[in-house]
Amino acid sequence: MNNTIDLILVALVLTDLILLGASRLRNAIRILAAQGLMLGLLPLLAHRGGPIWHALLLGGGSAVLKGFVFPALLNRALRETNANREIEPFVGYVASLLIGVGALALSFWFGARLPLPAATPSQWLVPTGLFTVWTGLFLIVARRKAITQVLGYVAMENGIFALGMVLVEAMPLLVELGVLLDVFAAVFVMGIIVFQINREFDHIDSDQLSALKEDAP
Amino acid sequence: MNAASVLHPLLAVLAAPLLFGAINRTKAFFAGRCGPPLLQTYFDLWKLFRKGATYSRTTTWIFRAGPLVNFACLLAALTLVPLGHVAAPLAFGGDLILLAYLLGMGRFFTVAAALDVGSSFEGMGASREVQFATFAEPALLVGLAALARETQALSLTAMYAHLSGPAWNGVLPLWALLTGGFFILFLAENCRIPVDDPNTHLELTMIHEVMVLDHGAVDFGFVQWGATLKMWILGAMVVGLWLPETRHPLGNLAVGAVGLLALAVVTGIVESCMARLRLLRVPQLLVGAGVLCALGLMLTFR
Repeated sequence: MNNTIDLILVALVLTDLILLGASRLRNAIRILAAQGLMLGLLPLLAHRGGPIWHALLLGGGSAVLKGFVFPALLNRALRETNANREIEPFVGYVASLLIGVGALALSFWFGARLPLPAATPSQWLVPTGLFTVWTGLFLIVARRKAITQVLGYVAMENGIFALGMVLVEAMPLLVELGVLLDVFAAVFVMGIIVFQINREFDHIDSDQLSALKEDAP
Repeated sequence: MNAASVLHPLLAVLAAPLLFGAINRTKAFFAGRCGPPLLQTYFDLWKLFRKGATYSRTTTWIFRAGPLVNFACLLAALTLVPLGHVAAPLAFGGDLILLAYLLGMGRFFTVAAALDVGSSFEGMGASREVQFATFAEPALLVGLAALARETQALSLTAMYAHLSGPAWNGVLPLWALLTGGFFILFLAENCRIPVDDPNTHLELTMIHEVMVLDHGAVDFGFVQWGATLKMWILGAMVVGLWLPETRHPLGNLAVGAVGLLALAVVTGIVESCMARLRLLRVPQLLVGAGVLCALGLMLTFR
């Protein structure tokens, strides 16, 4: 049982690293979907005591939302904006990977030192969660396209979800479901905004949005 | 030391060309061709060793020494590498470092011989080989460090002997990571397809083959034979992670040989299903291998 959780967590770290090195947005979305499906399994595997339908609802809801709904929304935004790949990121892909390894080491170091209220289902849960959050933040900061930044946001939420597994018994179901709903609304809105930005400016390069000032007539 | 560990280097020297044959047969099967016979590499070697060598006047002794030193380094490395549970003839604490350096020294002399020719093509190949080695060698060392830390041993034989069925429980993720990392290194170091195409004869895209363009006859025979030995050594490091232990030492050797043949078939399948990566993407792949190994190392700190 524990071995399965560990395998999922390692796979999660690997998908994070692929996200850091992926330039094709369609691939990145696919990987994010796989990540969401894997995360959906975690509540079931980490489940110890308490009603099973909590875990089922949480895992199933997360898997459906992150594995199918988000990818569909993001793919639609991708199709409408004709943005296929991330061009000229602020930090290159090999550099991102290397920085990622450094961040991974830091998360392991930090995860080992974090005082936790309860025994975790796996000792790698906290480092993996921290690293996934970090990956999301890094994608938001280091990439230009608005879509990649949405991907980063979803990855960050995946990390928070993984961290939440530490407290799977203590956290009320309603809170988790509320967070899921929030993320759903956010991705939904962001998908529309990306489309609107594209229609207005013919690109979704968020770096150029800082020059929004109107030129003097 | 038992009979099997003495037999292993001998078997490797004799049977390593068979791995090339197995890869080519697999590729031929996937392409729907008849393909070269399984023993084609032996025929090639026999042909090359009967020829007399010619040397350009611009070359020095370095050019002649290159293939021989490379072959000697690989022979020496062969005495350090265990094949699963078959102990290596030589085992001492820290021999993993020696192994890495022997492989490095073989590479150095191949590169030096390529530069000695003075042709720009060879220089280009040498530059690429060294560039990719810069990414591959740290990955290998980090992977070996992870293995050493997990098994609490510092010699390759002890590290690989430690692994058996029950020991996998709980370290399965580590094993999967190291297998992935070592397999990518195996493909890269042996110039197989995602990194380099052994069949291409377009100088602009070659890596290893372009370095040895000017070697002929006996020298080229040693280059080819050395390439098969290198494949055996790195292959033993990959499949050794998964080989089960049998009761008889010779049984271990047989299991190891079968494992290596299976690895050759897998390599053939990978080569049939994938295209070569662009040269610019190769460092990314090798960094990926390094990342897998580094992640494995991190998993051992718990």
